[in-house]
Amino acid sequence: MTENAQSTQATASGDNYAVIIRDMHKWYGEFHVLKNINLNVTKGEKIVVCGPSGSGKSTMIRCINALEEHQQGDIIVDGTELTNDLKNIDAVRSEVGMVFQHFNLFPHLTVLENCTLAPIWVRKTPRAEAETLGMEYLERVKIPDQANKFPGQLSGGQQQRVAIARSLCMRPRIMLFDEPTSALDPEMIKEVLDVMIELASEGITMLCVTHEMGFAKTVADRVIFMDGGEIIEENNPDEFFDNPQHDRTKLFLSQILEH
Amino acid sequence: MSEAIASQPQRNIISRLWNDKETRSVIIQIIAFAAIFAFFFFMVRNAISNLESIGKDISLDFLSQPSSYDISQSLIEYSSRSTHFRAMIVGILNTLLVAVFGVILATLVGFLLGVLRLSKNWLTNRLAYVYIEYVRNVPVLLHILLLHGIIVHSLPLPKNALNLGDAAFLTNRGFFIPSPNFEPLFWVVTGLFAAGIIFSIWFSRYAHKVQDATGRHYPVFWINLGAIIVVPVLAYFILGSPITWEIPELAGFNFKGGMVVRPEFVALWIALSFYTAAFIGEIVRSGISAISWGQTEAAAALGLSRGRILNLVIIPQALRIIIPPLTSQYLNLTKNSSLAIAIGYMDIVATIGGVTLNQTGREMESMTIVLLLYLTFSLLISSFMNWYNKRIKLVER
Repeated sequence: MTENAQSTQATASGDNYAVIIRDMHKWYGEFHVLKNINLNVTKGEKIVVCGPSGSGKSTMIRCINALEEHQQGDIIVDGTELTNDLKNIDAVRSEVGMVFQHFNLFPHLTVLENCTLAPIWVRKTPRAEAETLGMEYLERVKIPDQANKFPGQLSGGQQQRVAIARSLCMRPRIMLFDEPTSALDPEMIKEVLDVMIELASEGITMLCVTHEMGFAKTVADRVIFMDGGEIIEENNPDEFFDNPQHDRTKLFLSQILEH
Repeated sequence: MSEAIASQPQRNIISRLWNDKETRSVIIQIIAFAAIFAFFFFMVRNAISNLESIGKDISLDFLSQPSSYDISQSLIEYSSRSTHFRAMIVGILNTLLVAVFGVILATLVGFLLGVLRLSKNWLTNRLAYVYIEYVRNVPVLLHILLLHGIIVHSLPLPKNALNLGDAAFLTNRGFFIPSPNFEPLFWVVTGLFAAGIIFSIWFSRYAHKVQDATGRHYPVFWINLGAIIVVPVLAYFILGSPITWEIPELAGFNFKGGMVVRPEFVALWIALSFYTAAFIGEIVRSGISAISWGQTEAAAALGLSRGRILNLVIIPQALRIIIPPLTSQYLNLTKNSSLAIAIGYMDIVATIGGVTLNQTGREMESMTIVLLLYLTFSLLISSFMNWYNKRIKLVER
């Protein structure tokens, strides 16, 4: 039931894909968290992943930059297959940006140093250049004036925007968002979503786990619904929200949209 | 405002002052200070008058009298004809010796234990755990006595000494090891070593500047290691090993020549270090595991390698948690060294607070001196550690 939406794209050559996930399974001990995941993401595509908690959606996108190991199947990111090779993993991670639910900024470094750490130590960028780059992205997320503060002195929304800037400083081709607004106060969600919408308009590949359905409607090319470790349904946002096919999707949508 | 107060029923002035937040805290402080002062004044005056009534006045004259006792281990010239003051200095040096060596060894072993405790390898993890639980749940005095007993009773008399390549001899009177005689050329090696340290300080800064300017990374650790260790060692051999060793030799019932490390020192040093190391191991483990897994994930997601994650993200944060409890372990080790008296290691307590006290009967003066000395050491250690803590803390705010 998962392959139908892919069939139209299956003829395209592998070069067009930012991420290819093929027959992927993952277990936590005995627990089968991800069951037979198949997902092809074309370059520049924006994908929103939703589903009830415990459905495996976070685990799936964490597999894409090898923060979680998969036990079966293939994951190919930007032409590099994820194996046990640590060099491959580091190479993939430097091309894939990730934004976490709880920001995970480095509390002992200033906002600007958070942004320049990876360019300096991974990309071997000269400090002055890295700082220019950092300021550029801090301006993009609209907090250049906080550059010399420490993360603990910022609001949640500001911290999440710094986290986005920190990822962008590595100039990733793919961005992963793991529930970026779930830990934020309602009035701060908008400032983060605005930044993400602007980012989406610039052609980067995005995979975003979120329950912000307004965001999904505005930005997503495709919405994926997961439940029980499987991809249940995937479709373009209009069809997905107006005409869900599966009972579980209908139930989920009715639960999150009725307030 | 004043009207509001005036309209309230008039309370007396003491009740008003007592119920004012600020004046109350001042009053309490004055009362507490006066009580403490009065207590100590009473105790000291009483002690002095009681001592006077049995014909003892407070005096430090005894320090300049001959001590007339021997000390087995002395870092400076000392004989039974030396003064009590000199005996005290010997004691201080012996305490400092065991404390400094102890802190160094305890830190090394402790950090190693902490890292082993975090190991994902089941066996190393369990071994470190068992070691820590055994060592820290047995009083340190028992460790000292046990180790001393093992050394004294299991090692042979000097005439049957355990012979390590005709150079070092292990006996129950001590470990006899060769002592170095430095030839003039050796100072070249020492000079190179010093130059290596200066070079590495300069090179670290230089590498930092180059990285800032061009992004290029030098292998700073390996280059500095080469400058400090490899170059002097090579020079040592090229110059034809400019140290002659004075080998200890059996003469009569004991060894002559070379250096001797006393079993008391070894027992105390090893026992204190390995005991304290168990606590330091737990401090290091808890410090590192207190840093949330999210920090490691975020750093990994940016493409940083495992070593860089540890160096740039985890350790700078963990050190801040580790340093304060580490300070109290250093203080504990220094103060626990007073258990030396149980095995006859001549530290402060055994010299000025032991034999000198017994011989001169100056308990008030001797114990005050011992107390002030320990207080001085402890305050020095904590002020150094506080300085270091502040320095790494400043990085945050």
